[in-house]
Amino acid sequence: MDFNFTEEQTMIRDSLARLIREQYDFDTRRGVVESDSGWRPEMWAQFAELGLLMAPFSEDDGGLGGDAVDAMVVMEEFGKGLVVEPYIPTVVCAGGFLKHAGTAGQKEEHMAALMGGERVFAFAYAEPRGRYNLADLETTAKKDGSGYVINGQKAVVIGAPWASHLIVTARTGGDRRDENGVSVFIVAKDAEGVTTRDYPTIDGRRASEVYFENVSVGADALIGDEGAGLPLVERVVDEATAAACAEAVGAMGVAHQMTVEYSRQRKQFGTPIGKFQVLQHRMVDMFMEHEQSISMTYMATLKLGESDVERKKAVSAAKVRIGQGGRFVGQEAIQIHGGMGMTDELAVGHYFKRLTMIDSEFGNVDHHMKRYTALSAADMPVAAE
Amino acid sequence: MNLEFSQDEIAFRKEVRAFIEENYPKELIGMGSREDLTREQFLAWHKILGEKGWSAPAWPEKYGGTGWTSTQRYIWSEENARLDTIMPLPFGVSMVGPVIYTFANEEIKERHLPGILSGDVWWCQGYSEPGAGSDLASLKTTAVRDGDHYVINGQKTWTTLAQFADWIFVLCRTDPDAEKPQEGISFILVDMKTPGIEVRPIRTIDGGHEVNETWFTDVRVPVENLVGEENKGWTYAKFLLAHERSGIAGVARSKRGVERLREIASTELIDGEPLLGDRDFSRKISQLEIDLTALEFTELRTLARESEGKGPGPESSILKVKGTEIQQRLTELTMEAVGNYAQPYLRGAADDGSNEYPVGPDYAHVASPNYFNMRKTSIYGGSNEIQRNIITKMILGL
Repeated sequence: MDFNFTEEQTMIRDSLARLIREQYDFDTRRGVVESDSGWRPEMWAQFAELGLLMAPFSEDDGGLGGDAVDAMVVMEEFGKGLVVEPYIPTVVCAGGFLKHAGTAGQKEEHMAALMGGERVFAFAYAEPRGRYNLADLETTAKKDGSGYVINGQKAVVIGAPWASHLIVTARTGGDRRDENGVSVFIVAKDAEGVTTRDYPTIDGRRASEVYFENVSVGADALIGDEGAGLPLVERVVDEATAAACAEAVGAMGVAHQMTVEYSRQRKQFGTPIGKFQVLQHRMVDMFMEHEQSISMTYMATLKLGESDVERKKAVSAAKVRIGQGGRFVGQEAIQIHGGMGMTDELAVGHYFKRLTMIDSEFGNVDHHMKRYTALSAADMPVAAE
Repeated sequence: MNLEFSQDEIAFRKEVRAFIEENYPKELIGMGSREDLTREQFLAWHKILGEKGWSAPAWPEKYGGTGWTSTQRYIWSEENARLDTIMPLPFGVSMVGPVIYTFANEEIKERHLPGILSGDVWWCQGYSEPGAGSDLASLKTTAVRDGDHYVINGQKTWTTLAQFADWIFVLCRTDPDAEKPQEGISFILVDMKTPGIEVRPIRTIDGGHEVNETWFTDVRVPVENLVGEENKGWTYAKFLLAHERSGIAGVARSKRGVERLREIASTELIDGEPLLGDRDFSRKISQLEIDLTALEFTELRTLARESEGKGPGPESSILKVKGTEIQQRLTELTMEAVGNYAQPYLRGAADDGSNEYPVGPDYAHVASPNYFNMRKTSIYGGSNEIQRNIITKMILGL
């Protein structure tokens, strides 16, 4: 057993932390979030320069030979700085599809551009009526000659306004919600028939509703096997979920720290409010939630390579704890900050908003509790007759 | 003991329901929980009720109240919640009004009560300061006597909707040498147009502009604007806070909110079936409803005691704590219900001309902003920690 980071991972953490400290302070972030574009391509270029975008890829694929732990390290730092740039959609999701199932041609077409920071991706999987069920798809891809024609709508596609390419899930067969018949495509956002409605999210990022109207793609747009994409989608979403857990851990830690610090400074009744036992114990509970969230994130990240069932259970367990812990830490951070916590001016409210939204991404507490329960039930030893 | 409504009460319900349906502005139906209303929208129903004589049901009849029993008032709030009406704001009707008719002289009563009833005068509350939140008595804003005037200097904060207000009631320190911080505070009425008052907006995490900083620089206020006695303001302030608390439970509104949540959950799908049929989610709604029922009957008991003249005591802290927890839980579940569409932030999106496609269902747009906004409820009106302290001290005697 070893919970230590490699030298490379420590280096990534330190240099990223420094970059965020120097160029991603809260006021700068606010300016970026409120700007027209909502992100900084030049920051993305710096992330590429630091090697963050190639960290979790094998050397064969042109990466640095790291794995999901590297993505975890990056995302925890992103969480601390409330970084809005699309690491999960591009590196974890699109990168995940390419590395697990990309053809040599697809890798050649996309991997270098992705790792170099020149090409940004978004992952269009959720649908307006599908909630968190990855197979609940109304978007279709119909065979047309050697290629496909895609029709449908994707909901809340994070980072889509910044992306040049989309990873899209669509049904090539089977009925809505069938396990079979799900396929994954890579589509240029400027392909004919793709339109978007872009908007900000409440936690300071950008997203789009993406509409596909008779969008023609070639056979080389298909990632993985036609109709058998669901296990691949589940695997990549689990990896993204683990990365989101790491982001939440980063945000939770800062929200907790800020709260403790505020309780030292803020005086009422002639004494720092941090001296009141009722608040002390709640800040201790926040601390324990944070620590346990770290543990669960490590656990889930380290189990991403296990069997499907093991991986799913681990990720769902982590997402449940992080959803609950994030909610508790966020709400208490605001409550202990009092009215100041409600202001847009203080950073703590923005951490709260991010933590809240992480719960609604990639399945919330209820969704993962259900999945965990179902997997555990399937795992039960059959009672002796 | 009897939970049934009498024939008279049933007739009363019919009467007020008919009145609301006939007179409430159609275009404002369902907007009572919105925070982003215009001044006219906030006041529309208040003015209609003012003319009818129903804007302040809880006031004594001689000052313009309706003389309704507590049960009738409860029916009134239920019927308003049915259409989610925009009710008169609390600052005039529930806060400063009762202070004025209880403690102020005849001149002030005559001057100010009519405007509160009619909705012609908008009041805001000058209580909290940057250094005086939960510890309100540590407030530092001063009012110094200068001839026929008080000269007020200091800063108030969290002034709700001050941007619309005509008058503000301000707690000021008039005796800096008083032995205890609670002594030496006065309750003064100030015209917002007086030179030296500056209102600065505070943007909140939900993106709204509901609260403000209110700065006083050499603001000269006639001494006749003092309510009651100088240096006795803390007594009036506490009286007001107890009144504020009893209205804060928001039972009727929350009941309407639960209905709305059920509607949303019956529209939202999970694996192709209505979310409302999902065991996990429906249990959470049930839990919320059960808690709301407990609160409702606790409030009814409080109202009954009140109608016997045992007016709101420390037990109103229960209503504040439980009422706000339920309001928060309600908005949290509503946000959960809308799933992925909790994320888009579309405030003002309709104005920027880019609204060519709708984003998700209409009810989803306000789900997260409402959730974030409602975190204020366990902080304001005496934080829930302070309410628990009140119960500890006043009821448990510890």
